[in-house]
Amino acid sequence: MSEELYKQMAQSIIDGDSDISVELAKKSIELNMHPLETITKGFVVGVNYIGDQFGLGEAFLPELVMAGEAMKAAIAVLEPELLKLGEAREMLGRVVLATVEGDIHEIGKTLVGTMLSASGFEVVDLGVDQPADKIIGKALEINADIIGMSALLTTTMVRQREVIEELDKEGLRPRIKVMVGGAPITRDWVTKIKADGYSEDAIGAVRIAKELVGKADS
Amino acid sequence: MSSKNIKTISNPKLKLEVLTQDDVKKIHEATLQIIEKVGVRFPSKRALEIWEANGADVNHEKKIVRVKPHIIEDALKKAPPVYKLAARDPQQDLQLDGNHVHLGTDGCGVEVIDINTGEKRTSCLQDVRDIVRIADATEEVAFHWVPVSAQDTPAEARGLHEIKAVWENSTKHVQSESIYNVDEAKAAIEMAALIVGGKDKLRERPVLSLMQCTAPPLGHDGGSLDAALLAAEVGIPTGFMTMAACATTGPTTMAGNLAVGNAEVIAGTALLQLAYPGAPAFYAAAQTASDLRTGAYTGGGPEDFLFGAATNILADFYNIPLSMGAFATGAKEPNWQAGLEGALSSFMASVVMSDMLLGCGFLHGSRIWSYAEMLMDCEIFSIVHKMMAGIEVNDETLALDAIAAVGPGGHYLAQKHTRNHMRELFMPKFMDRRPYSEWETKKDDARDWALAKARKTLKEHQPDPLDEKISTEMERIIKSVEK
Repeated sequence: MSEELYKQMAQSIIDGDSDISVELAKKSIELNMHPLETITKGFVVGVNYIGDQFGLGEAFLPELVMAGEAMKAAIAVLEPELLKLGEAREMLGRVVLATVEGDIHEIGKTLVGTMLSASGFEVVDLGVDQPADKIIGKALEINADIIGMSALLTTTMVRQREVIEELDKEGLRPRIKVMVGGAPITRDWVTKIKADGYSEDAIGAVRIAKELVGKADS
Repeated sequence: MSSKNIKTISNPKLKLEVLTQDDVKKIHEATLQIIEKVGVRFPSKRALEIWEANGADVNHEKKIVRVKPHIIEDALKKAPPVYKLAARDPQQDLQLDGNHVHLGTDGCGVEVIDINTGEKRTSCLQDVRDIVRIADATEEVAFHWVPVSAQDTPAEARGLHEIKAVWENSTKHVQSESIYNVDEAKAAIEMAALIVGGKDKLRERPVLSLMQCTAPPLGHDGGSLDAALLAAEVGIPTGFMTMAACATTGPTTMAGNLAVGNAEVIAGTALLQLAYPGAPAFYAAAQTASDLRTGAYTGGGPEDFLFGAATNILADFYNIPLSMGAFATGAKEPNWQAGLEGALSSFMASVVMSDMLLGCGFLHGSRIWSYAEMLMDCEIFSIVHKMMAGIEVNDETLALDAIAAVGPGGHYLAQKHTRNHMRELFMPKFMDRRPYSEWETKKDDARDWALAKARKTLKEHQPDPLDEKISTEMERIIKSVEK
């Protein structure tokens, strides 16, 4: 019975169907299935499959994003059950994401957030136009491992440096690692502001984040 | 090379109808439905107040505006169909009248391939000066976008340092895409006024125009809106540019993408007309497809080419000029891909007579400036210019006298008819038509020649200087904006 359900769960992720993944998550609770096993034997199998297909060039970004969202929706149903049992899903790390102050462009950052949470990070996305104190405050509040900052304009990307300088001043690095991204961000800029990592796309961002928390794919 | 002549496409002989009138009507109706039912985000207090005063349904919390079709349509009718972009030198003024395609440099780059060392590095103010000076000397570049970001200047006044650098190094029109807040817009208007002798002269001689990016899907940037309204008030031509990308910031299907981008642009344009009826406005666009592997902005590819051919049909439908993105390429160096994407995109946008064609000079999705690429793009524009002239058929061009004189056999090289018309044949600057053996000894190509030409121009070309008093006054205005 549960084997069949696990298969359906994996398929709901592969199909990127949040309605079905949520329905199956609820069903597993009714059937008293262990939430952690539901996640690892069911939903995660689907995420891994799509990830592999993407790696092989068979799946595309929209499929990854839809799988990520279906996964997130299912986890949201199961998380309270895990808490009741005093258990937690293993997290690769905690990440605070934001587009810096004065900048309203967020699609890249949002994409990074989806990819990170689908890969096992806990992500708090503060949204756009976020000042340094808000970003750092949230990072301290949730005990974040990584701050990720996006900027699309050369006039706002200077804010990335301000956040890093503030973190240094408070002595919060290297405990908190900093990733940056956005169209105008170059390797020279990353070196100049002494960020810990950057990526030109969301897939690369996951790889960098894993490296920064010492859990790089072998 | 340093003539004041500007090569511009006019009286086209070629035509391409990528959308039928029925298609355009469907896109227009879909657009109106989007604006009325879904709405467009206008995160500016001033913009929301204007919308509210004109009968739009305004959600102040979400800053989303929903507008009845007739309000949009009536407002758009007030936009002038024809006006000019003035240049510091009046003989270089550009007519936006539907019968001209003017080339500009591309803009907002963040890195430059150094003209001397060939190394890629962060862009700075001196790069703006150098690029503009070379563009001033070419006859292909009719106007400037600020080519790269002057990243060694303070962020809050960067857009001002940039336009000053353009005016100091060229007599041609400047369109800035980097002035997107109230303080900078006010200062830029003051600076432009210095050139024409007063703010009240700007409507007649707008030596500056502003291009504001929308925030797709279906959004605008607050600072951009406020800057655009200030510009519209004094008659500085203003355009909103959509860069909606299929599958990320716009629908995957091209018709849906056109509708979303159209909603952003015409809603923004209508706002300007509601606030300042008759303000010169233009449509601007550089839609593209996202890369399905990474979600990245692609720049180039067949979707870009089709968008280039479709958008002027929309702009014509609204009877306003268009500033169309072309020459975008994902290529990392001037190569096969760069040439292919530059050629097809500029051809497709030109054949429908896009009024302003942006822009030459970039690699890697409009991020890296290359001097060689710039001049090779200019050559592509020249080729398109030649093609657009088509084939003239009359007694003189049928050449019957010359044909009779030469007869069967023989050749046309010694014919007067040949001498009279030979300069009508295209003479490339950078195409390799040499004997193989000559190439073999040097193994150089267009990239080397274009770079050499850029170096020579930079060394030799002296643009007409800007009055020093004006420069000094501009400097004072910029200082007042810097913190």
